Amino acid sequence: MPQVTLTVNGKTSTVEVEGRTLLVELLREKLGLTGTHVGCDTSQCGACVVHVDGNSVKSCTMLAVQADGSSVTTIEGLAKADGTLHPMQEMFREHHALQCGFCTPGMVMAAVDLVAKNPQGLSEEQIRHGLEGNLCRCTGYHNIVKAIDAAQPLMHAK
Amino acid sequence: MNAPFEGIGASVRRKEDLRFISGRGNYTDDINRPNQTYAVFRRSDRPHANIISIDTSAAKSAPGVVAVYTAEDLAAIGGLPCGWQIHSKDGSPMAEPKHPVLAEGKVRHVGDPIAVVIAETKQQARDAAELIEIDLQDLPATATVTDALKSGAAQIHDNAPGNVCYDWHIGDKEATEAAFAKAAKIVKLDLENNRLVPNAMEPRVAIGDYDRHTSDYTLFTTSQNPHVIRLLMGAFVLGLPEHKLRVVAPDVGGGFGSKIYHYAEEATVTWAAGKLGRPVKWTADRTESFMSDAHGRDHVSTAEMALDAQGNFLALRVNTLANMGAYLSTFAPAVPTYLYATLLAGTYRTPVIYAEVKAVFTNTVPVDAYRGAGRPEATFLLERLVDTICHDTGFDPVAIRLQNFIPKDAFPYQTPVALQYDSGDYFTTMEVAMKNADYAGFPARKAAAAAKGKLRGIGISTYLEACGIAPSAVVGSLGARAGLYEVANIRVHPTGSVSVFTGTHSHGQGHETTLAQLVTSQLGVPFSQVEIVHGDTNRIPFGMGTYGSRSLAVGGTAMVKAMDKIIAKGKKIAAHLLEASVDDIEFADGSFKVAGTDRAKTLSEIALTAYVPHNYPITEIEPGLDETAFYDPANFTFPGGCHVCEVEIDPETGVTSIVNFTAVDDVGRVINPMIVEGQVQGGVAQGIGQALLEHAVYDSNAQLLSGSFMDYTMPRADNLTNISVATENTLCTHNPLGVKGCGEVGAIGSPPAVMNAVISALKDYGVRHMNMPASPEKIWGIINAGRKAAE
Repeated sequence: MPQVTLTVNGKTSTVEVEGRTLLVELLREKLGLTGTHVGCDTSQCGACVVHVDGNSVKSCTMLAVQADGSSVTTIEGLAKADGTLHPMQEMFREHHALQCGFCTPGMVMAAVDLVAKNPQGLSEEQIRHGLEGNLCRCTGYHNIVKAIDAAQPLMHAK
Repeated sequence: MNAPFEGIGASVRRKEDLRFISGRGNYTDDINRPNQTYAVFRRSDRPHANIISIDTSAAKSAPGVVAVYTAEDLAAIGGLPCGWQIHSKDGSPMAEPKHPVLAEGKVRHVGDPIAVVIAETKQQARDAAELIEIDLQDLPATATVTDALKSGAAQIHDNAPGNVCYDWHIGDKEATEAAFAKAAKIVKLDLENNRLVPNAMEPRVAIGDYDRHTSDYTLFTTSQNPHVIRLLMGAFVLGLPEHKLRVVAPDVGGGFGSKIYHYAEEATVTWAAGKLGRPVKWTADRTESFMSDAHGRDHVSTAEMALDAQGNFLALRVNTLANMGAYLSTFAPAVPTYLYATLLAGTYRTPVIYAEVKAVFTNTVPVDAYRGAGRPEATFLLERLVDTICHDTGFDPVAIRLQNFIPKDAFPYQTPVALQYDSGDYFTTMEVAMKNADYAGFPARKAAAAAKGKLRGIGISTYLEACGIAPSAVVGSLGARAGLYEVANIRVHPTGSVSVFTGTHSHGQGHETTLAQLVTSQLGVPFSQVEIVHGDTNRIPFGMGTYGSRSLAVGGTAMVKAMDKIIAKGKKIAAHLLEASVDDIEFADGSFKVAGTDRAKTLSEIALTAYVPHNYPITEIEPGLDETAFYDPANFTFPGGCHVCEVEIDPETGVTSIVNFTAVDDVGRVINPMIVEGQVQGGVAQGIGQALLEHAVYDSNAQLLSGSFMDYTMPRADNLTNISVATENTLCTHNPLGVKGCGEVGAIGSPPAVMNAVISALKDYGVRHMNMPASPEKIWGIINAGRKAAE
């Protein structure tokens, strides 16, 4: 079986996978990082979004072998080592941007990348457009949009 | 500095969020048991067929396969039970065909499970499932209620002649006909309520586990009601007593009704774990969810209103055909009867009503309660009918509603369809909604939109719903096979912190926060010192779970009753310690006080005394401070309100944009305003989804066409807008908190508001009615046909 070496949340691991193993399966089943979720089988829902080399990626769309040599950040690795939450996590809580919490890890990871890549600032419409790849069934997105908007100045102030 | 207020009425930030935002939730698929195996189901790809043969030999010898089972292997276990029995007009009980765990002799819908493969890895199970050879002999199939009722239609069950499950009615037929005979005007509308797929973001998962040494079974499952699953699966399917079956529903990623029911996969993995002596895990992929989670809605109705010359409603007559799907799901028969037809008075004082409901089997996934369950269907029918009356007669949609509302002083109000509303004020919710939506300013906005070539419309809907499910004796007399009370155990620990064990279940509602606020208010215990425990039959005494907006009205009241017992006992302990009469002890702000003095003991001191009873009236009362209450509600609760939707249609594309959505709801007392707003926004989004985007489509051969997120349009962030939410509350009169429920109101009130707005925007094109969803294709077709006719 192929071997994959990758750095996840700062820790380097080498694991054996089948050729067909998806990155999300590697994260959840081989590394026990169950914060990344699987909500569909057609790459539509975005519950599995992680960062691969600084870009948000649907980890159900990427084979584990494709991530060989990459640096991956999952929701578990977003807060600082001392437990201080990322501003996006803080704002999701402050603005009640989650209910059941299942889409939340993917939503937060997608939102972090969206805001980070747009230092000029995003309008509400642009945030909504930027969330097209992530489904939430609980919130109606209203508070997710508010939380991301509120996180913008906090992230850019750093 | 004063501590922040964290009791009833405060928008406390949620306790549960910290684990969810940091990836430390514990959903069922996150659980793995030692020595676990994996189950994959082989499902029917045909809607209706006889099973001629199943050859599992190749699958059984495939790498990693532990076992392959079919219905033959499960012969000793029961079918999946139905929790409700409806009687037809003639008094006969509904047709209740067996719902086998794995298909027996026949498959009846696409997705019907035929066999299960259990292997060392999921991939091995998946590969082996494809090696099962199944010989099916196709039978004619039917997907719609109208087709299923045609003479000569394929018979889906031998013991349901004509595919009829029941033919039921409610109301006064003669009085209704007499009123129609005298009417100045009769307005009739044919309408459909589109079939939906609930699509909670977390797919269903079930893990069965068995301990050979103790013969204890455990099922971890994505359920809204673990005790109900224990009852149904233990007693009716597997024959396991309660003390040998533990059901755990940990963090659950949304339900919306679809995770109420007992499903075949739960029974299969639990049974197989016992057979193999190893844990068996099944995780649905989304494709399976589409063809195995209970669907929602799917009604075909005719509604007729009789009016006098002034526009007063004289009588309502309704005929509805309700699609049950291929088998009866747990609550399915109750949805189009006691959760639908009993709601047909709505907010109106219509004096007589007669409704007939025929439930019909088809070759589709079973249909059951989905967010709102029956009440959205009733509201859609009524509110579309009212706007159609205005279309046909020229009455104003606002004026005719105000004229026919149940007056404010008429409560308690007995409807002609069984329910008695305890409280409500439809005038105020409508007045505030119109103000918040700037209804008066609409003509100017319409003109401005027209100047840009856009079509603007505005729509109102008012609604009434019955939730807080449910008074057991009432639902028992209507056919429910279980009680619907709720249970709470309040444990004050020796140092004064509190654990609450509730039979309700949170799968997004935020119970760990809202229910803790009840304790903070009633017992004066700091919010941080309260823990809410739910979702495990081994930890919680009993419970009926969460659905029908019942958790606060029923479960919260059970907590209040248990806390009353804590206070009563605490008073006796305090009286002893303070050397006063029990009658002189008052409890407020967490402290027991001798009335009129400053002599007091805190709840913590009382708790410590109760657990360390050195100076204690031990001959009079028991040690400990731990009380349980069962609460059975006196009535349903009746939230109501008004939703106003404003849309803009692009005539070039037929795309409808929601430009404003305003909800004003009466949900009774609000415990956490932030959470209530979130619940309404989410419900409205699902309602907008139903109105504009979502539709579970079968082709004429009953093949499921919209079987993935590629084909079924879920609302996305850029399909929606901000949703303005406000409440104007009247208090429920029969529970101590005055609460009504907020989980479903959004999905109930919004679809007709959206559709009334769409139809208003298309007024110039002669549109009287349109079935949901109002897709761009439908709208563009109407606009284009209008243009062609004009050319």
